[in-house]
Formats: sequence, structure tokens, C-alpha cells
Amino acid sequence: MTTATAQVATADEGSRIRWADFAPFIALAVIVLLGALINSNFTSGANLINVITRSAFIAIIAVGATFVISSGGLDLSVGSMMAFVTGIMIMTMNGLAPAYGSWAIVMGAGVALCVGALCGLFNGLIITVGRIEPFIVTLGTMGIFRAFITFMTDGGSLPIDRSLREAYRPVYFGNFLGIPYPVLITLMVVLLGAFILYRTKYGRRLVSSGSNSEVARFSGVNVGGVRTIAYVIQGLCVAVAAICYVPRLGAATPTTGQLWELQVITAVVIGGTLLRGGKGRIWGSVAGALILEVIANVMVLSDMVSEYLVAAVQGAIIIIAMLAHRFTKNR
Amino acid sequence: MSALADIHHPAPSNSVALRAEGLGKAYGPITVLSDVSIDIAAGEVHAIIGENGAGKSTLMKLLSGHVLPTTGHMFVEGQRVEFADAVEAESAGIVLVHQEILLAPDLTVAQNLYLGREITRGWMVHDQTMNHRTAQILARVGSVARPGDRVGDLPLAQRQLVQIARALLNEHKVVILDEPTAVLANDEVDALLDIVRSLRGHGVAVLYISHRLEEVEALADRITVLRDGRMIGTWPAEDLSQRQMAELMVGRELDMLYPHKREPATKAPLLEVIDLAVEHGTWTGSFAVRPGEVLGIGGMIGSGRTELIEGLMGLRPSTATKVAVDGKEMAERSVRSMMEAGLVYLTEDRKGKGLLLDEELAPNLTLQALDSVNPGTVLNRRTETSALRHAVSEYDIRVRSLSLTAGQLSGGNQQKLLLAKVMMTDPSVVIIDEPTRGIDIGNKSQIYDFIDKMVREGKACIVISSEMQELVGLADRVLVMRNGRIVAELTGDEINEKTVIYAATSGKRGTAGEETHDNSDRTSRDR
Repeated sequence: MTTATAQVATADEGSRIRWADFAPFIALAVIVLLGALINSNFTSGANLINVITRSAFIAIIAVGATFVISSGGLDLSVGSMMAFVTGIMIMTMNGLAPAYGSWAIVMGAGVALCVGALCGLFNGLIITVGRIEPFIVTLGTMGIFRAFITFMTDGGSLPIDRSLREAYRPVYFGNFLGIPYPVLITLMVVLLGAFILYRTKYGRRLVSSGSNSEVARFSGVNVGGVRTIAYVIQGLCVAVAAICYVPRLGAATPTTGQLWELQVITAVVIGGTLLRGGKGRIWGSVAGALILEVIANVMVLSDMVSEYLVAAVQGAIIIIAMLAHRFTKNR
Repeated sequence: MSALADIHHPAPSNSVALRAEGLGKAYGPITVLSDVSIDIAAGEVHAIIGENGAGKSTLMKLLSGHVLPTTGHMFVEGQRVEFADAVEAESAGIVLVHQEILLAPDLTVAQNLYLGREITRGWMVHDQTMNHRTAQILARVGSVARPGDRVGDLPLAQRQLVQIARALLNEHKVVILDEPTAVLANDEVDALLDIVRSLRGHGVAVLYISHRLEEVEALADRITVLRDGRMIGTWPAEDLSQRQMAELMVGRELDMLYPHKREPATKAPLLEVIDLAVEHGTWTGSFAVRPGEVLGIGGMIGSGRTELIEGLMGLRPSTATKVAVDGKEMAERSVRSMMEAGLVYLTEDRKGKGLLLDEELAPNLTLQALDSVNPGTVLNRRTETSALRHAVSEYDIRVRSLSLTAGQLSGGNQQKLLLAKVMMTDPSVVIIDEPTRGIDIGNKSQIYDFIDKMVREGKACIVISSEMQELVGLADRVLVMRNGRIVAELTGDEINEKTVIYAATSGKRGTAGEETHDNSDRTSRDR
């Protein structure tokens, strides 16, 4: 009987998994199609490239969030952390600009990566060594990072030094063979992330820790260490996003990255990653980030719905995605 | 087996509480149960036995409305019934007590008992009445739990009793017990058997599923045997010996269930533990195991066997004067360092701590030995697949496809996968906690053979078991624990069920019950 039921299970398991895996990409295709029908400007090359480029920040951070969430954790601090890293980076660049010229950009980026990694390490250690719920810890650091950036900007704006603007501009606005740099950077982050998650022993241990931390512990996996590293990866991704973001607006403000954590988590979840851990879908997270940005873009282009309702539609999307997931699972 | 030629023994028709005719279940083209016709009389204990996968659970679920049959009919007290779900079956007086513990750990005992059927006064739940009635019903099932206890704080055995209490809350005509004793120790089993007997005395029809044939022999009035999704027959219990039951289940003459004992081990110990104290001395012990030896650890559930070993493995805080694996003294103890020294621990909780049920077989198999399977940073899919193929044939893990998830395997195959997983690390000492809990005789015998084979190859094995027969049949030496301490060491002829139970219960007379006792002795020896 067992073998028989097992066989039945594989038959529909196979098709079910495949559907669930492709769902975010199919959803993306449908939304793009709708966008094309609603407004012909949507499919113009310039608009599409613009949309993809704008989604890069959320996509990059979502790669890190995929690690954290599939390890069984959660990081609410990414939006604030991104603002904090941006602030530190601009201050470093401005401080070094007189002495080192354009090299200050490279050094500032290096500092950003270090700060991002340290912020992630801080989150990770409090969660794993202090044994506190990730939700609470990152809720706390979310407030701390946000307060820091508000303090650093004195409630106003912290602009990057004029002398650096021209040299730094291409990182967001430039392109290679027609592909904008942020898109290329996203692609590299995604490929690296997918490699680590799917092809390395670390990735296997990460997913096993998220799937069932007791099984991992009893199998000799250092669950705390594995989870801490996931937060460090998240911090590094936030720093990469910050490096791409600064040339776009040229300044950090107290509202930089506000509510990004929600967009990031939405992207990861509609991408097919399980919120309870144990299954990570890097490419799905990227599709999720694109879905959010495309919807916003279509709404701005169309006159049917006010663009002020973008967040409401994005919020509805995550609920619909989870319902769809539930239905395919119970089918 | 000529006495067994007549395979149909129906109950007298006037007292039949539940009857099924030609019951079957198919999922798409695959039939998991076909043409089962049984009846259960009021005041009767009717046992259903069969190997895992024989269709016992499916039959139970059909009878209790959890699963809808594809063929056949059911009759309650002669009336034709069709249940749409378990709620309808329950209102018709049929209740299933699940094998898995299905209780909300954060609620109290009383809250669990009345979950979904709270007694209310107006809009308010009436805790006082519920607690009062809960106390009465707990006393009836012999549970020491109190109505206000949080279920998650109770030992496993007490939770099982709470689950049975929940089924008894309402008056039922038919109570179906699915392996109720799987997690109980001997004296608790006795208490449970008494409950079943008292149910029978009250005229309840009891359908009883168990792997423990001695219980079936002690309790059942009639016995129905299932094999491979088909019904083999129904017999009065007095017509079947345990050996005959086992042979009907597997469909062949039983070879010896337990391997022959080995020569006494004399070489230097592979594992030496002196003054291990776990969690500030709550559990303590000193022991050693030699190459070629199976060391059994017995004791009641809650005596601290698992906790002591978890402490040894660094899974719980502990101190020790000396822990040496293969002559190498361990400065720091963790699953990883012990594994590198050659000691592995196979948990009793294969679903909660052993296997990733949602993951495929290969990641499960190689999780512990990930470094030796993949020397670099990167995973080598080909080595992993070949490791899985090797394990599947070496440990006879029966799978239709290598891309199943671990949760899709039967209990016996999960246990073999778990064994293969820890053996991947090429250990010299293997500690196996409840090696055959909840698995059928065929798989049991295979696991005993694996254990025998590994110690004959010069490894050492520690077996923790609540099944006295298993310790007696398997171990060269037995340590008995009680209240967190090792209280007895038995060797050679001293090892029998009576001595183990005596030591485990501090001189209380062997509580397994005379009749089961003698029978189980006979079956384990005669083979």
C-alpha cells in the first residue's frame, strides 16, 4: 500500500511542484501582457529598461532575503539598513573625496560592504546567540538604523559631494552593450546567490536548518552559524543595493528605503519561497521584484487606477499569491 | 496451518455494532485496499494486524469516515451508512484515536479534550464544568495528568492517554485504536490494556491495531489479518499463536527474528564514558562498549536513556570525567566532533529530529556526511546520486523513485534511510535509539541483521529500547536506567524480560502481565 500511495504522490507531486515553480514567472508574463494591452507605451524599449532597472534594488535585497527566509529567519530591518549604509557611504566618500578624488567612490563602496556585513552580523548574532525571535530583533534594529540615518541627515538630506557625481553617475545610469549596470549587477548577485544556495554545502545546510532545525542539529550542522551567515549575506546584498542606489538620487534622506522591507518580503514570498523556511527560490524572488515594479509602472501609465493605490495593489498581490499557493497545494 | 483453513469467523449477527462488506479504496488506478469484509460486535475487541503498508491505516480511516471508500458498504447496527466525513462517523458513534499525537501543545488538557465542543454558558466557556469532567475521565483512563496541565509539558505517554480520554469523552459505540501503545512503556501499556478491557466490559466495540503481537494475543477476541491491501482472514484469537500471526502477516515462515548472539567481546573499548553528568547531574552514567558488542540500554520511558545519550553527544549541556572514542579522549563534544571521532547517534524521533520530511532522499542521506561526500565547497550531484543508489540497495530501502521525499516513505523505509544516513559517516560506534519503533516485522528483522552485521565487522553498537524482547534478543550486555541513573548491568543468561523489568521498576513485580509475559518469552526463545 505504501509503495502504491507513494507512487500516486509522486505523480501529482511532480506536476504540482512544477506548477508552483513556474507560477511567479507565469504571473509576470500575464501582467506584462496586460500592461501591453492597456498602454502601448508600456512595451517601448525605454520604458521596459527603466522598469527593470528600477526593480534592481528590491531584487538584489530579495536575494539576501531569500537566504534569510529559507534558513527559517526574517529580516525587517533591510529598508532602514539600506538607508543607514547609504548614509555612511556618502559620508565616507565626501570625507575622502578631497584627498583621493574618484577613488573615494571605490573606497566608499568598500566601506559600505563592510558596514552592511557588520549590520547583518549584528542581527544574526543577536538572533542566534541571544536566541531571540528574528521578528523582534530586526524590528528593533529597523528602528535603530532608521534613527541613525535621521540623525546623520539631521532630518534633512545628506547629498554626495559634487566632485564625485560625474564619476559615480554611470553606476546607475550607464550601460554595457545596452544593458544598464544595475541590471548587470543584479544578474551577478542572482547568479552568485543561486550558486551558493543550490550548489554548495553551505546552501544545503542552510535549507536543512530552515526545513527542520532539530534534524540539522542532530546531523551535526552548526545551525546558529549557518543562520548568522545568512544575515551577513543579507547585509552584503543591502550594501550592493545601496551602492547602486546612491547615484540615482545623489543623497540619503530619512525616508530612503522606507517600507522596502515589505516589498522585499513580498517579492520573496510571491516568488515561491516558503515563509516558514526550508525552500528558497532565488529566481522566483527576482520575478517577484519585477512583478511589483511592473504593476506600479502599469498603474502609472494607465488612467484607470490612481497611482496612489500602488501599495494597495502590491499588498493585494501577496495575499492573492498565497491563496493561489494554498489552492494548488490542496488540489 | 491446517487448523487455519476456515478463514471466516463472523460475530453473532444480533450484536454486530459495525460491519463492512467488500470495502476498498483506490487512488486513481492504484488500489491500496480491496474487498475487506469485517464485523465488530458490541463488547468485543477485534484486532487488525498486518505489516506496515498492509492497509491497516487505510481501513481504519475508511471505517471512521476520514477517507471515503471507492467500493463496498458499511452498516452500523444493521443500518446502511455512508459517511461524508469523520464528523458524521463520530455522530454515528464511531471514533478513531490516531496513532500520531494530535493535540495542541499550548492548551491545557481540559481545553484539548473539549476543543471544538466547549461547554459554554451564554457566550462564555465554562471552564469549571469542563475541568471537573476532564478530571473524571482522566481518572477513568488511569492518567496522572491534571485538567489544568499544559499538554506540551506532559510526557509522551500521558499525551497518548489524553488522546484516548478525548475519544472517550462522548459515548461511542465503536472505538478504533490505531497503535495506541507505540509510545508507551510496559506498565503504561498495562494500564491501557485495562482501559480497553473496561471499554469491552461496557459493551463498546473496540477495533485494535498494534504491532505488538503479545498485546493482541492478550487482548483480542478475534483477529483479522491484512496483507498487501487484501484481507487474509478472521480468526478467533485463541486459534492463533503469535508465531502464526506473524507468519500470516508476512505470508511466509518466519526465519529467526533475532540474529545469533556473538562471542563475548574482549578487545579494548571503542567508547569509554566515565562520570557523564547531563544538565547538572539530572542524568548520569558511566559505561563502555567494545568492538563486536551490542550494548542494550533499557528502562521505562522517562528514565533518561535518551537524555543521557543526547548529553553525551553534546546535544544537551553536560560534563564528564572522561569520554574516549576509539582511544581518543574528547576535549569538546558535539555531534560533529563525535562523528569525526567515529561515534554517531541515531535519534528515536525520526520524523522530528532524524529526517527532513519535505526534502528528497539524497539530501537526507548525505546531510550528516556532507563533507566526506563532497570534499570541496560545491555539491557533487553525481556522487550524491550514486551514494543514494548504493544506500537503497545496501539497506533495502524500497522506493519506486529516487526523487520521492523522505516523508513519502513508510516508517520502516524511513528508519532504514536514517540508518543509512548515519552509516554514511563510516562510524566505529553507533548508538541507535529505539531502532524499530513503529515498524513492521519484516523491516525489524532486517534492521536486527544490519546491527548484527556491523558489530561482526568490528564496530560497536548501543541500542536503546523500550521493547524488552528487543533488548533480550539483541544485546550482549544490558544496562538498565531508572530515574536518570544506571541501576543495573546484566550480562549473558541474566538478560531476560523479568530481570530487565525488575531493575527498571525497582523491585516492583514484572508489570507486563503474566499471560503476555510467558507468551513473549516463548516466542522470542522458540525461534
